[in-house]
Parts: sequence; C-alpha cells; structure tokens
Amino acid sequence: MELKITGWDMNLVAQKIANDIPDGSYVNLGIGIPELVANHIPNGKEIIFHTENGLLGMGPQPEPDKIDPELINAGKKSVSAIPGACYFHHADSFMMIRGGHIDYCVLGAFQVSQEGDLANWSTGEPNSVPAVGGAMDLVAGVKNVFVITTHLTKKGEPKIVKECTYPLTGKNVVNKIYTNLAVIEVIDKKLFVLEMAPGVEFNFLQSVTEAELHTKT
Amino acid sequence: MINKIFNSPAEAVEDIFDGATILISGFGEVGSPIELIHALIDKGVKNLTVVSNNTGSGYIGLAALIENKQVKKVICSFPKTANSVVFPELYSKGEIELELVPQGTLAERIRCGGAGIPAFYTPTSVGTILADGKEKRIINGKEYILEHAIKGDFALVKCLKADRYGNLVYNKTARNFGPIMCAAAKTTIVQAKQIVDVGDIDPEVVVTPGIFVQRVVSVPNPLEESVLIAENRRYPWN
Repeated sequence: MELKITGWDMNLVAQKIANDIPDGSYVNLGIGIPELVANHIPNGKEIIFHTENGLLGMGPQPEPDKIDPELINAGKKSVSAIPGACYFHHADSFMMIRGGHIDYCVLGAFQVSQEGDLANWSTGEPNSVPAVGGAMDLVAGVKNVFVITTHLTKKGEPKIVKECTYPLTGKNVVNKIYTNLAVIEVIDKKLFVLEMAPGVEFNFLQSVTEAELHTKT
Repeated sequence: MINKIFNSPAEAVEDIFDGATILISGFGEVGSPIELIHALIDKGVKNLTVVSNNTGSGYIGLAALIENKQVKKVICSFPKTANSVVFPELYSKGEIELELVPQGTLAERIRCGGAGIPAFYTPTSVGTILADGKEKRIINGKEYILEHAIKGDFALVKCLKADRYGNLVYNKTARNFGPIMCAAAKTTIVQAKQIVDVGDIDPEVVVTPGIFVQRVVSVPNPLEESVLIAENRRYPWN
C-alpha cells in the first residue's frame, strides 16, 4: 500500500501527547519515538518522568562534562536528574508501575488490535533472541497507556489490526493511539477516531486501517 | 567483632561452587560488579545459573563469564543490548538456556526471595505467551498468574560505599537490582568503591542494611565496561 498522505510529522504527534498529559502527571516514556514527548511539554506544565531502571525526575541528556556513567535511562543513555529527583531499586520502581502509581506511559507498537491489545516486544521470529524488558509490567499497571506509532509499517501494512499476529504484550490495555494520520481512542473494545491529520478523511483512514473504526457522533 | 571485609575479589568468591545460582546486579553495565565476575572467571566454576537483567556486552564482565562456558542458564528480562554478541550466538546454537521474565516480575521474584514470600500473583504477562503453563487465578474479578520467588546461593553486587557491617550506599541508577539481590542470596558479596568506618554512613541514608550482606571487597577504581569494549579489550585480558 502506497501512502499519498503523510499526515503529521512524528514530532507533532509527540506534541499532541504532551498537550494531552495533564499538569502534575507521573509519566514513563518508552525507548525510541516515545522519548520525543519529553521535548514538547508546554511551559508551565510540571511533568515528572519515571525511568524504570530507578529514577523519578529524569531530566534531559547532560552536557558532556556533566555525564555520570552511572546515571542512565531505561534505554541505557546518559540522562540527568532534575532538582527533587529520587533514586530507588528495581522492586520499588516496578511497585510504582504495577501498583498503578504512574499516570501515563507512552509506548511504541508493532501492532494494536481493535480491542486495545498491544504487541510491541517480539516479532516472534524463531531465530531472534526474545527480550521483553518492562513492557508487560507497564501495560499491566500504568493508569493510561498511550501508543505512538506510524499508522503503517515501513512495508505499508496496517499496524492497527483486527487481531495482533505478533506475540502480545498485554490484552485490552491501550487507551489511546496517536499516529501520523489520526488520534484514536479505545472505548469498550472499540476504536473511536478523535482527530485526523489535515487532508485525511474517514474513508481513507479506514482504508489504511485493518480494524473497524468508529466516529463518536 | 563483626568484620565482613575480605582482602580481594578472589578471596571473596573462593567458595562459589559448580551449579550455584548467582544473582548479579546491574542494568547493562551500570551497577555490574565486573571485578567480582572476573574473579569468578579466574576461578572457573561451571554450570552456573545466572540471574541478571541483561547478558552483558562485548567480551567483558558477564559476557566474558558466559563466553567462558561457565553459565548453563540465564534468568533475565532483556538478554540483548547494543553490543551483546556472546549470548545471542550461544542461544542461537542452543548452547545456553534462557528463562525470559518481565523486568518487574524479575524484580519482585527476587524481592520475594529475600522477604520469605515463596510466590505471588501478578497481573503482568496475563494473556501473553509468558503466562503459558502458569497457574491462573481470578481475584476480585481480575485475572492474575502465579510467579515464584528467586533465591540465590550467592549474589554479586556493586555499590559506592560500604562499612565493615555491610551497610551499603549506591550511586544513582547503579542501585537498580543491588538492594533486592543482597537480601535474596545466602551469601552476598559486594564490591565497594569506598570502605568507610562504622558510623560514617548516616543511618538515615543507609540503603542496604548490613544484615543482608556477608562479604565486602574494596574496588576503588572499578573498570568501565563500555570503555574496555571501545578499546576491543576482552577478559581474560588480550
């Protein structure tokens, strides 16, 4: 499938998420595209970023002379700690996640199903080394699970599908899907389109989405 | 008198035996007790089960221990990283076992190992292939799976500061699995950058109480895995 409409830039998608996360929230960002969200928090909004390797109050990458090799994020990149930050061990970190204390997480996706199932940890290839990290804990415990992803794969296949064919990260766990083409909310195992990128119409969106879409009106 | 200080990593790992289960701290290289792992390579014990979040990078530390064919099985959440070469190769040849565990489940299994809790129900991994074969139970209308505690014969842990009682303080995100691993092993061996007098660590800031630690070794200038990998170094030293 060749897409003629490219929709929003992923930075703009990240900005939409940053705008939708309320002031005062505790937020965990997945590795990769989700990290863009941190660059778009509006002035005046205080958001505390959690990184599951043991830091609440994660700040941006420091200047080269301020790097401490023992201060990293879950993607194993150097980060800083904001004033008021705190460190803790892994069991406490996942107590925050599994125990429902983190308000939002933003994750990437291989596939999302129309019932809100997420597949984002394994393509199930027989020869690859499986690696899960904290993805299953995040979707099981965080209050609001947002997905940021391109609408289609690089090969042009829909990522929003009737049923995930890749191994699941969790069932019925996704609350909102933000793609370059649309913002979609999962309500009672149905997908509702909240917003579409300029030039995108509902019929076109449905034609590049395997799952059934609904409008709220 | 209590004195948990040992003279060298070699002395501290002397009684680690073939077939032991060893908890190794670290999230990637951060918090990984490389000097203790290298002492274990020098000792050459085999058929180890290693519990650690990752499987090491390059040919240093944990990756070198695996390359040296001392590890039969790893229990871990993310067995590959950017520079991870040893484990993926052995795994693809079927020469090492992997028990893949979600990161938070891994942490809680270790915590429970130290806390005297044999097993627990968790929502993590419900409905996924990692829940296959596990006992399920509905509690208050929601599905959970049973996960069992992990205990170690030994734990190898890195910290910033220790005293002779075994009280520990860590540095930043290098704390990661250290505190829970200390409590979950019969014999916990810690390498500390600084050893301070008893009383020098404010009781309010002790992170790991000394009761969870059996041995402390001074390693004032620990190796940095990524620096050695960039220099193409490998252990035993090339």
